Formats: sequence, structure tokens, C-alpha cells
Amino acid sequence: MREALLNVLLLLPFVGFLVLLALPRRDHGLIRFTALFFTLATFLLSLPLARIPAAAGFQLETSIAWIATPPIRYHVGVDGISLWLVLLTTFLMPIAVLASWKHPADRVKEFFAFLLLLEVGMIGVFVALDLFLFYVFWEVTLVPMYFLIGVWGHERRIYAAVKFFLYTMAGSVLMLAAILWLYNVTNTLDFPEMLLRLQRNPALMPGSAQFLLFLAFFVAFAIKVPLFPFHTWLPDAHVEAPTAGSILLAAVLLKMGAYGLLRFCLPLFPQASREMGPAISLLAIIGIVYGALVCLVQPNMKKLVAYSSVSHMGFVVLGIFSFTQIGADGAVYQMLSHGISTGALFLLVGMLYERRHSLEISAYGGAATPAPGLAAVFLITSLASGGLPALNGFVGEFLVLQGTAEADFRYVVPAALGVILAAWYLLSLYQRVFLGEPAGELADITGRELAAALPLLVMMVWMGVYSQTFLPKISAATNRILEPIELRVESAPLRSRFGTTDHAR
Amino acid sequence: MWNPLPYGRGSVLQTMPDSVQLLRILPEVLLSVFGTLVMVLDAVASERRKHWLGILSLAGIYGAAVAALAAYANSGPAFHDMIAVDAAATFFRLLLLAIGFLVVLGSMSYLKRDHLPQGEYYALVLFSLAGQGLMVSSVELIMIFLGLEISSLSTYVLAGYRRDDARSGESALKYFFLGSFATAFLLYGVALIYGEVGSTKLAAVRQFLAKDTSGGTLLAVAAGLLFVGLGFKVSAAPFQIWTPDVYQGAPSPVAAFLSTGPKAAAFAVLLRVSFTVLTPSISAWNWVLWMSALLSMTIGNFGALVQTNVKRLLGYSSIAHAGYILVAFASRTEIGAAAAMFYLAAYGFMNVGAFLVVSHLSAGEQHVTLDDYAGLGRRQPALAALLAIFLLSLVGIPLTGGFFGKFYIFRAAINADLIGLAVLGLLNSAVAAYYYLKILVVVYMHEPRDDSRVEPLPAGLAVTLVLAAAAVFLLGIFPGTALDFATRSAAGWSTVLSAR
Repeated sequence: MREALLNVLLLLPFVGFLVLLALPRRDHGLIRFTALFFTLATFLLSLPLARIPAAAGFQLETSIAWIATPPIRYHVGVDGISLWLVLLTTFLMPIAVLASWKHPADRVKEFFAFLLLLEVGMIGVFVALDLFLFYVFWEVTLVPMYFLIGVWGHERRIYAAVKFFLYTMAGSVLMLAAILWLYNVTNTLDFPEMLLRLQRNPALMPGSAQFLLFLAFFVAFAIKVPLFPFHTWLPDAHVEAPTAGSILLAAVLLKMGAYGLLRFCLPLFPQASREMGPAISLLAIIGIVYGALVCLVQPNMKKLVAYSSVSHMGFVVLGIFSFTQIGADGAVYQMLSHGISTGALFLLVGMLYERRHSLEISAYGGAATPAPGLAAVFLITSLASGGLPALNGFVGEFLVLQGTAEADFRYVVPAALGVILAAWYLLSLYQRVFLGEPAGELADITGRELAAALPLLVMMVWMGVYSQTFLPKISAATNRILEPIELRVESAPLRSRFGTTDHAR
Repeated sequence: MWNPLPYGRGSVLQTMPDSVQLLRILPEVLLSVFGTLVMVLDAVASERRKHWLGILSLAGIYGAAVAALAAYANSGPAFHDMIAVDAAATFFRLLLLAIGFLVVLGSMSYLKRDHLPQGEYYALVLFSLAGQGLMVSSVELIMIFLGLEISSLSTYVLAGYRRDDARSGESALKYFFLGSFATAFLLYGVALIYGEVGSTKLAAVRQFLAKDTSGGTLLAVAAGLLFVGLGFKVSAAPFQIWTPDVYQGAPSPVAAFLSTGPKAAAFAVLLRVSFTVLTPSISAWNWVLWMSALLSMTIGNFGALVQTNVKRLLGYSSIAHAGYILVAFASRTEIGAAAAMFYLAAYGFMNVGAFLVVSHLSAGEQHVTLDDYAGLGRRQPALAALLAIFLLSLVGIPLTGGFFGKFYIFRAAINADLIGLAVLGLLNSAVAAYYYLKILVVVYMHEPRDDSRVEPLPAGLAVTLVLAAAAVFLLGIFPGTALDFATRSAAGWSTVLSAR
């Protein structure tokens, strides 16, 4: 039974999707409760994932032959990275459903059906261990999100939806070409098997080919992350998407890019990754600082949170391409933590929007007086996102910076600037929205909204004070990814340079 | 005259073919019989009973499909090696019959609604199918030519079926003139081959090429002429000019048929000729295919970007899809051939589906601009969802036949070291996403216009569309059966190849 858990997690939202399609169009209440039921059930069923012992390899694997030629398998499994990402997805889905309880009020059935379809795709991306299957899920997430933005978004929704679709599509066709090339030399699409064959026989992939293949995968993932300068679709998509779309886009879909870098780019193309590492780190740092600077002058709340994502996801890429154990651990931790806190920020911005139908910061002010509860939740979330110690954001960023310092200290200084700027723009956002003279009535947080926000707050504190729940499993998995000798940066040189440890060399 | 192969089962003197030979062309015989029957009954049937003619045609097509399977069980040559029933012939026969079935079933309500005469329509579709069936099962160039003519003559008439519509007339005329011109090229190529080889049988040409390479130039010219003739039928660049005009002017269900049936048959001939005869011998052939593939994809996709008429848009898109299929041709391998066949099947179902949705929405061939589709997702959710499935399959989104077809084609290309062409093709398919999305945007994201009427979906059309959508998903999720069949067909050719 436990072995089949992942299949159940993929199947259940899909069943929910089909059930929703069969429900009567007019009964909005029934539709909402059905969506909530299926997302909650999926979440509860996914909880045993957290109890999987830390191990290096993939677990809960299912591998069934699907298509004979080329040999494509339905091969799923999780390791210490993907299991948390799956949990993040299933955890956020009921919250996204709660966030959409009142809006949209139009074409509700299709809305929730697409949400559930999106969940299938997102979970699939994180558990797929066959490159074809991975690509299938990767593209499957595209369609529901396209409709979520395009149908239920704000004024410029169509432009944003099409841009989102085309950016992702352009990146992913190159990845498809690379997957086909890999299949051609290794004769398998099964990821662990492919890795094994490439490691046994490095001659399969000459250096120049490795470089091009790396780029093909990298561009697809970098667009999704999004890494500067591939980020321009993100602010548009975020601003125009409905609240649930923004939450899932920021919290989960961006992680798909970072996950891809970690899962596929590094192990498949170790040399190319190392060679390109410095350049990519540079882009990540530009993203961190640039995103933060844009946030400082951003008059639109959603855009501000979107650019803060560009900045925060820069840390993730920086950590991955530090090639250190700590950096990679931090990157994964930052992925989860960004999912929680940015998801929460979009949820709260969505609540504000439902109240006053404006995303402009200038339309608010002094909101803490009429809505103290909302203000408190918003403050905690801002602090978490800004990296206050004892909340989730701090742990990831600290680990990333430590790992980066071990790899190359020069990168740390500008990156740390991003942390300072984050505190600045987030607190300034809080100040402009919630402090000062009240700009009119504003309803306080309701029970339903609190039910959506509270789990996120709990996770922020949990991840901030007890990272040991998460880190051992993450480390076991990242350790395995960094195993190839050409990939890892050993931390010893730095320590001995600073004389903190005394290795007899 | 030099005869490369001994005649089939019968002797030269035998004039009456035996029963097994008849069985091998039974599908075409049945189609012709039913076609004639429909025409005769059309004269006597009362107007209210005309829809039975459609049902009769469907029965004929179904019978032909059964006959095709029976013929496959007794595969082999017939009629002095002019016909050969093998896996490839059967694959294409069944595909064409499936397309024909969907087109006839989907046309019934269209003809009734627009008050078009029904009898000839079905008869013409049946005759056209018979011609296409001959094309895909012939291994002799004159027979191929005859099949092509039978198929084309019917489709010329079908394109101009709305007699009182100037556009329809224009469409037919254009199709007729350019089509005849192209067929003349084909015939000239056949003549040159006969002049050089002394026979029009494909097997003879192959043996000639195996023995003697000195006559390469003349045969290369002949091959070029064949490509002109067939390239026109499949609307491969640079012979694609007619496509958007003809599809725009033709009645929508006819456009559904034109863009799939004759195309699949012409591709079948192209496959057979190029894989069994020309590919191993003539190196320029590969270059021609490479260029034509790239041109077709690029012209088709970039042409479609700016279209506002849905039928025209689908016309350009069909040029692009011909380009994808030519990518598989250019790979010159067994998997390439199988990929092309699989793609033709997937393309057949999704394109017929898309055009039939258009036909439902365009009463009297009005309302075919993008704006007329505004808010369709709200007015007719089921129809819009079906359209979305076909369009997403045309984009190449996973779990649809369109995606798996592309996957297989580009896999063949990369396998054959055509990495440049594969990357250009894949980028092309990303461009293509834009114009298909443009339709979806209008359907789902624009508000309906006030004057838009809701026309209920007729049962026959609904069944057709659901069948087509099911086929699209089946090919996308469980491609195994179709793929095995295609691979078996291609393997049949490669044994021919290795035998030489």
C-alpha cells in the first residue's frame, strides 16, 4: 500500500478533476467543497511522505512499462528533495482552494477543475523519473495555468497568459530536443538508468555535445525559475493571474525550474555545469540585486511580490551552482521556504484586493487600524520572506550564503545585499499599506481566510526554528547529486584559509 | 520487354483474376459499388429519406474496412504485380477509411442545414476514397497515377460543391488547374522512368537501380518530377501556394477531407516510392526533402501567424504539418517512415476534428473569422472543449496524438543525425503554438458578441467529434498499437531495401 502512495497522489486529484467535470455547473457550493475535499484528501494522504527515512536513493518507486518503442516507462519515485516539494504542493492546494472561495464567481466549475489538473501536473513533475514522463507532466502544467491566467485573470490577462505559454514552450522544445538526443546515445529514457550508462561510459557524451545539451536543459529551467534575464514573463503572469494562480505559480511552478536544474542539469552534465557555474552564479546575483531594486520602487503590490520572487529564486540558483553541500541544502530549503512565504504573500495581497479591488500600494494606508488581524499576519509573513532569524526565510538564505562563501567568497557580498534590500522593501511595503492614516474602512481577516493563512504561519515558524525536520533528508539527496567527483566543491580550503579547522594536509 | 519479376499467382495468359486477387482489391471494389449505389438511389429517394444515403455510405466504408482487414489476412500481390497488399497498404487503407467515415458522419448535418444535395456528395467521397485506396496499395506507377486521378477528380468537384458560392467555385477551379498541372508533372516523371527502365513497376525500377547506376541523371529528373506531383498533393513547399485558398473556399467538411485524406494517400505514395526505390540511390533526393521540410514548416507556421480566417489559418497550419512529416522523410530510416505514418494518423484525426468544429459554426460558410468564435467557451462549453483538444493536439501538448507524433518524428530526425533540422522543427512548433492559442484565446477569453446564436450540436456531429477526440487521446496515451503497425509496415520496406 505504502509503495503505491505516489500513484495515489497522482490519481486522486485527477479523479477530482473528473468528478468536478461531472458536477452540475450552477451548484457553486458543491463544486467548491468537492475541490476542497479532494485537495485536502490528497494532502492528508501525502503526509506519510514526511516519514520516509533519510536515504540516498529514490524511494516508493513504481516502474511500469508504458510505451514499448521507444521504451517509455511510467517510473515515479521520490528522494529527499522531491518529497518535500510534493508535500509543498499538496499543502498549498487546499489553501489555494480556500483563497478562491469567493473569487472567481464566474465559471467556477472550470476554475477548480483546472486547479486540480494543475495539481496532477505539479506532483507529476516532482515524482517523474522517466524523462519522457517528466516532459509530459512539465507540459501538462502549462495548459491549466494558461487557462487560469487567461480566463480568470485581470485586465491584461490574455497578454500575460500567452506570454507565459510561449516562454515556457520555447524553452521546453529545446529541452525535448536534448532529451531525444540523450535517448539516442543512451538508448533509455529512464533517468536513473540513463545516469548510470553515462557515468559508466563517459565517451557517450563528448564535451562539446555536453555543453549544448546543458544549455538546452538550462534555458528551459532558467525560464521557469526565472533567472535573470529570462524573468520578464513572471511579473506579467503574476500580476494578471487570479490569487490561486499566483500562489501556485510562485510557490510551486517556479520550483519546477530549480528542481530541474538540481535533478537533471547537474547530474547529467557535471562538467558543463561546473564550467558554466560562475556565469550562472553571476546571473543569479544580478537577479537577486535587480529584483530587490525593482521592488523598492514598485507601486503595484503583486508586481512587488513577483520581483521579490526573482530576487529570492536567485538565491536558489546561487546555492545550486555553488556546488557545495551546504549551498545545495540551502537552495532546497530556500525553495520550500519561498514557496511558503511567497505563497502567503500572494494570498494576503489577494485578500486585500478582494476588499478594495486595487493592487496599487497608494490605494491603501493605515489598514492596521481597521484590520489588525490582517496586519499581524502580513507582518509575520513579510518578516519571514525578508529573512528574519527564527522564521523560515533566514535558514535557506543563510545556508546558501554559507555555501557560496565556501565556493567563492566574492559572490557573497552582493548576494548578502539582497537580504538587506529584502528587509527594506518588505517593511516599506508593510508600512505604506498598514501604517499611517487609515484610508477608509477595510474588513478584518475572516475565519475562512485565517484558516488559509494559519497553516502557512505555522510552517514559517516551524521551518524557522526546527530545520532538522527537513534538512537531514535534503542533505542525503543533495549529497548524492554532488557525488560525482567533478561536481563537488569541497569546503575544506576555505576553512583552512581562515584557520577555523586544523587539517593536517 | 524485360520483365523483372515473374507474374503473380496466375499465368500471363490468365485473363480472369482468381478470387484471392479480387479479395485484395475488395475494399476499393466495395467503395465503388456503394458509391454507384448511392448515386442511383439518390435519383429515386425522396428528399426526406436522403439521410439514409449517408448511412448507406457509412455502411460501405465500414464494409470496406472489414474487407481491408480480410485482404491483409491474405496479403500479397495481385493483378500482375500492380497491386500489393502489405502492412503499409493496410495501415493507410484503414486510416483513410476512418477519415472518410468521420467526414461522412460529420457532414450529414452540415449538408442538411445548408440545403446542399446529399447523394452526390457521399458518392464523391466514396469514389475519392476508392482512388486513394488504389494509390496506397499500388506498386506500379500507372496504377498510382490512376488512383490519384480518381481521387483528385472527385475532390475537385467536392471543393466546388457550393455551386452558388463564388469562393467555392474559385476554390475548385484553383484546385483543378494547379492539380492537373501537378499531375502532368507526375505523369512526365513516370514517362521518363519508363523510358529509362522499360517498366513502370516499382520493383523493376529498384532492380534497375541496383544493377546500373549510370542512368542516374535521368532517373533523378524523374524523381524530381514525381516529387513535384506528389508535393503538390501533400502541400509541401514550394508547391503549397494553393492550400489556404482552396481550404478557405471549399465547404468546411470538404476541407476536413482534403486536408487529410488525399494528403495521407499522397504521402503513402511518396513514402513507398522514396523508401523502396529512390532513397537508396539518389543522394540529391535527401537534400530536396530537407529543404522542402524546412520551407514547409516555416512558410506554414509564419503564414498562419497573421491569419484571421480560421479556415485559412488551418490551411497554413496544414502546410506546416506536411513539413513535420517531411522531417521524418528526410531521416531516411525505418523509424522515420514509421514516424511519418503515425503522424499522418494523429494529424488525420485532429485536423478532421478541428475542421468539423469549424463546419458546425459556419452556417452557409459565414462566421469563419476569429471574432465569430468569441465566447464560444461560454456559449457551447462542450464544443469549445473538443475544439481545445484538437488545437492542443495540433500544438503538440503531451497526452495527445499530436505530441507523440512530433516526439516520434523528431526522435527519428535526431537518430538520423539531422539535429539542425530537428531543432529548427521544434522551434517551429513553438511558433505554431501562438496561432493555435490565438483561437483558444478568442474561444475562452473573449466575451461573446450579442448577436451570436447558440446552435445545438447535432447528434451525428457530436459522435464524430467525440470519436475523433478519443482517437487523438488514444494515439497520445496508448500509441503502442498504431506505432507497432506503422513500424511493421516500415520494416516491410526495409527488408525490401536490404534485399537489394
